[in-house]
Amino acid sequence: MVQYQQARFDASFAALADATRRGVLELLGRADASITELAEKFHMTLTGMKKHVGVLEQAGLVVTRKVGRVRTCKLGLRRLEEEAAWIEKHRQLWDARFDELDKVVEELKRKERADGRKKRR
Amino acid sequence: MDARREGDVASTKGRTQVERKSDRELVISRTFDAPARIVFEAWTKPELFKRWWVPKSFGMELLSCEQDVRVGGAYRLVFRHGESGSMAFHGKYLEVVLPSRLVWTNEESADGSVTTLTLEEKGGKTLLVVHERYPSKEACEANAGAADGMSESFDQLDELLVTLVSARR
Repeated sequence: MVQYQQARFDASFAALADATRRGVLELLGRADASITELAEKFHMTLTGMKKHVGVLEQAGLVVTRKVGRVRTCKLGLRRLEEEAAWIEKHRQLWDARFDELDKVVEELKRKERADGRKKRR
Repeated sequence: MDARREGDVASTKGRTQVERKSDRELVISRTFDAPARIVFEAWTKPELFKRWWVPKSFGMELLSCEQDVRVGGAYRLVFRHGESGSMAFHGKYLEVVLPSRLVWTNEESADGSVTTLTLEEKGGKTLLVVHERYPSKEACEANAGAADGMSESFDQLDELLVTLVSARR
């Protein structure tokens, strides 16, 4: 898991290290676009843009879908990852809370058992 | 005996689940190895509630806690905030059903949720579910702010503990 994450980070940083690719992400943040449209916007050949999109896709920052002869690009899982991080923050808080609650609950249980023994005597 | 009890605690540890039920609902659940009445007691007695609501590891301090647990009754939690300030969380109880259900408002801001706690006992264990319903999607998402700050102080404290432990060696 850690190794997988490390690989993902490396791929993401490598993808973001290029000005054109950062530009593509910025653009896709506003609207989906085809590879042809992206190539035109950045004054590049179709092959050149395909390469850049490939790197972004590898890093999970962009997903592409081919409909007919047009390949459309949109921002990748980032939003899902943000959502997962948001959930994880809540989970950490409640998990820490509940670990403490566990201790209180165990103490109350012990007390109840002890009181029960006293009563029986 | 003690070893077994510890084993029981360990088996329910780390089982906290958080789920985004909808745009404006968050559901948190965990099973506790105790009857519902005990969990309810730990939630509704201020001297007990104070001991777990703000986890020690989060480096925040609860200055006071008042809970008038009855329908229409109010609660008020005051935290230390920054160097000398304090921050209050307050609201009132809408439903109180011993030992299985508690509903309260969070009135410190207009974006506060209505929170429902349910305790479902089965075979001596209790499934605890906290359901937070926010007035809007935005309010639900803004709430991460609080958790954000807390996990930050969590990290800070972790670092501090590492330093303290290694200094002692």
